[in-house]
Amino acid sequence: MKLKEIVSCIGAEILYGENLLDTVEIENAYASDLMSDVLAFAWPGTLLLTGLTNVQIVRTAQMMDIPAVVFVRGKRPQEEAVSLAKNVGMPLLVSSMSMYETCGLLYKAGLSPCIIPSREA
Amino acid sequence: MDSHYEVEFTVRGDDFLAAGEASNQIKETLIMLGVPSAISRRASVITYEAEMNLVIHSGGGTLRAVITPEKLTIQATDRGPGIPDLHLAMREGFSTAPDRVREMGFGAGMGLPNIKRNSDNLEIESEVGKGTTLTATILFHEGPGDRR
Ligand SMILES: Nc1ncnc2c1ncn2[C@@H]1O[C@H](COP(=O)(O)OP(=O)(O)O)[C@@H](O)[C@H]1O
Ligand SMILES: [Mg+2]
Repeated sequence: MKLKEIVSCIGAEILYGENLLDTVEIENAYASDLMSDVLAFAWPGTLLLTGLTNVQIVRTAQMMDIPAVVFVRGKRPQEEAVSLAKNVGMPLLVSSMSMYETCGLLYKAGLSPCIIPSREA
Repeated sequence: MDSHYEVEFTVRGDDFLAAGEASNQIKETLIMLGVPSAISRRASVITYEAEMNLVIHSGGGTLRAVITPEKLTIQATDRGPGIPDLHLAMREGFSTAPDRVREMGFGAGMGLPNIKRNSDNLEIESEVGKGTTLTATILFHEGPGDRR
């Protein structure tokens, strides 16, 4: 799914990356407020949805080859997060809906989850 | 690839704005050297978790990466408080991170387990009051790249 379709699916506000909406292609999404979770489970190329707003969320996404981030509940990321995203060319979106509703709409639209590997006992 | 390539960065304690810069530089170095993406991704998890531990728990230290044709070695060294019970620290969910760190999305106690999962070999030497040295190795020719 093109990032552009994701924007219209959840009615997102585009904080940065207007010109990248047609080029970024996304198959999966991962939603979390824990960085280590993202590091453990998010697949490369995954869209990240989060309620966190600090610069580290963009840094984490950058480290994990996550192409774009959606901030939920209408939360706006901190200024440092936006400027880092601009530096690395990472689109940032804001959804005014809850995490659940935002994810639900994207799931319904066909965005797949990152499968959590079954855990050793 | 050159037979031996080494980069080292200073990581400041409690500097959450800069945290991750060293890891990102190492990532760029690996890409520049042509290291396969499956390996550089494992390296990213290790460096980033280790760097965050330097920032959060140690008061700062150094993050180093050594690349040879056989392996990548990532080393995080600090002269911080040390880890009293290493066995406990390795456990998923164990964390002594303060609330303000948790509010930033860190301190889930998954860092060391994440590092272990992505390493072919992991050694942690720690002495209370003296500091901690974490050495993680990824072998380039061992089985299929991504073991996650
Ligand atoms: N470099 C370090 N210096 C001192 N203590 C550390 C260091 N790295 C890890 N620890 C200890 O080990 C615990 C577990 O680390 P980790 O698995 O990365 O979880 P987290 O960082 O989320 O707390 C930390 O909470 C801390 O008590
Ligand atoms: Mg940690």
